[in-house]
Amino acid sequence: MTLYDLANPTRFLKLVKAVLPWLIVATVAALAVGLYFAFLVAPEDYQQGQTVRIMFVHVPAAQLALMCYAMMALSSIGSLVWKHPLADVSAKASAPIGAAFTFLALFSGAVWGKPMWGTFWVWDARLTSFLVLLIMYLGIIALWKAIEDPIKAAKVNAIITLVGVINVIIIKFSVEWWNTLHQPPSIIRADGPAIHSSILIPLGLMALAFVLLFVTLHLMSMRNEIMRRRIRAMRMRAASVAPAASSSTVTKAAPAGAR
Amino acid sequence: MSWMKSLFVREYQLANRVGGGALIGVLFFLAVVTIFPFGVGPDMILLSRIGAAILWIGALLSTLLGLDRLFQADREDGSLELLVMSGRSLELVVLIKCAAHWAATGLPLVLATPVLSLFVGLDFQSIVLVTLTLLVGAPALTLVGAVGAGVTVSMRRGGVLLSILVIPLAIPILIFGVSAATAGAIDSNNFLVPFLFLCALTLFGLVVGPLAAAAALRVSGD
Amino acid sequence: MNQLKLICQGVACDRGGRRVLNHVDFEVGSSEALIVQGPNGVGKSSLLRVIAGLVAKANGTIELEGGMPERSVAEHSHYFGHLDALKPLQSVLENLSFWRDFFEPAAFGGGKVRESMSELEALDTLGIAHTASLPAGYLSAGQRRRLSVARLLVVPRPIWLLDEPTSALDKASEEVLLGLIADHIHAGGLVVAATHLPLNLPNTKFLNLSPVTTESEHMFAGADLDDYFDEDEQDEG
Repeated sequence: MTLYDLANPTRFLKLVKAVLPWLIVATVAALAVGLYFAFLVAPEDYQQGQTVRIMFVHVPAAQLALMCYAMMALSSIGSLVWKHPLADVSAKASAPIGAAFTFLALFSGAVWGKPMWGTFWVWDARLTSFLVLLIMYLGIIALWKAIEDPIKAAKVNAIITLVGVINVIIIKFSVEWWNTLHQPPSIIRADGPAIHSSILIPLGLMALAFVLLFVTLHLMSMRNEIMRRRIRAMRMRAASVAPAASSSTVTKAAPAGAR
Repeated sequence: MSWMKSLFVREYQLANRVGGGALIGVLFFLAVVTIFPFGVGPDMILLSRIGAAILWIGALLSTLLGLDRLFQADREDGSLELLVMSGRSLELVVLIKCAAHWAATGLPLVLATPVLSLFVGLDFQSIVLVTLTLLVGAPALTLVGAVGAGVTVSMRRGGVLLSILVIPLAIPILIFGVSAATAGAIDSNNFLVPFLFLCALTLFGLVVGPLAAAAALRVSGD
Repeated sequence: MNQLKLICQGVACDRGGRRVLNHVDFEVGSSEALIVQGPNGVGKSSLLRVIAGLVAKANGTIELEGGMPERSVAEHSHYFGHLDALKPLQSVLENLSFWRDFFEPAAFGGGKVRESMSELEALDTLGIAHTASLPAGYLSAGQRRRLSVARLLVVPRPIWLLDEPTSALDKASEEVLLGLIADHIHAGGLVVAATHLPLNLPNTKFLNLSPVTTESEHMFAGADLDDYFDEDEQDEG
């Protein structure tokens, strides 16, 4: 089966149907193992105590928030270049999931920030970038809802999403230039990870679980969107077909009305 | 080339004739700047510290205010169809419309800035810097706004959604604009670095804005 | 002048996820008019918009034989739709001059259909010369329509795409417009007009559009999606 075959919605739905149960099982299992390690195996931080465990949700959620946007941007290229409806569906399905992960990252960040910095919110570079990202996601969701014709909505959203990609990069740069309170990124370093493996392993497990969660949610959401469009197509056909049937009912009804 | 001149002249005239033209934008700018002291108190020291930011935000909001009609009016009366099918480069048409819109509504905001600066207690140096940054940065706001205007062109009440879509795009412009405006001295690196970034963003907007807005307008022809 | 021929083959078009045109074939040559007929919603307007390049076609080819090869069919065409493209705050002359400037250098170069009129000549021909300096907003519906037609006269383009050209016109204005269209045809132009009213034009061909009955090739309208739902029902049963 080539990628082109998958691009057919029917084959795609068949694939989703076959894969989804396994994905759900894998996601639940990975989340269970990840959370077990995060909450029961990983040691507490000598400075932060138990609150460090928020990191195991915060960091993967933040990664996923960006990954969703990447997914949306790639799908948008698919919409604009190949004009493929499945790419439209993928872009539309990504937006609410991305918004949810962005919200989760912001929320867990705020909850973590309270004991760390003594306040729920600081205008720190990354928090600010994510707030802007959330506004962008919500704007894109609103734009999807505002245009009825799904093909037109997809193209318009693809344009704004791709402009947003450039913007996300500029925002990240400009906001970091503007101010930063966060620690510098410490997972990826040329000389190996700076974090101890007792924390890194649960973090990796949670990241894996979140990726699986994203794939599951994205496939489910795409399936729902295909069905929604199918219903729309059926309704439009119902509206355009059957002029003969309706005219005959009118002639039948006329004497009854005259009476 | 004469068609470009004709388009510019027409757009400039229409922007001035419709809905109070330049005056209404400047009036809104004045209103925004006026409400800040009522919100934060008449503390001239505080106001002069945040004055550049107030002026920039006022200019941003004033720019957003008029943008929803940038392409919508043309769509409603059928002009957009002719602009799209004429064979002219739609990107160039968008760029000229933006230029005329900015000349009619953006430039008066810049010209009003020195006067409004007095209300927030800026010194001479700061007035120069704020006006200069707005002169360079406000076109970027219009260009970025044109993308939002193109995307929301088919919506009856697209103005609010336009603002929601455009404000995130305007954040970097605001950051560098205000940073340069509050740098204090024109010959310092504190001014030069953000100011050059601001110039870069405007040049960037000159490319991306017309491209993206024209693409959105072509979709709306469907 | 060149003999032109507009050839459409197998043209299909989707609007809002629904196929509105399928396998539309026709040819119109210089000095000919094609009247596109059919009931409401059958895609008459869509066909004109596809030719004008405003709506992307889903299938087929649209070619102009004898035209300028580096220019699209749309650039050889005037599109006269339901909307007048007038700015009420600008004067009649300003409105017309703008469209003249905007269209002019890109106008048809493969042999002129005829000399272009000046703005005032065009307004005079249409009987609205006395309004030239007035704001277009003061014009009546019929006058606005005439002003919109004047655009077609001041810049010569060989193809006129007319969407319900006589709607909103009284009898006298209709006569004037039909006379102008006939002149355009006699001068070697070609006309594609969508209408549900009879138009009395010379050298007329007819294209009767009927509702598209074939299944749309659009992905989400395909009948094969039913398989998915059928299987679901079997699973539950």
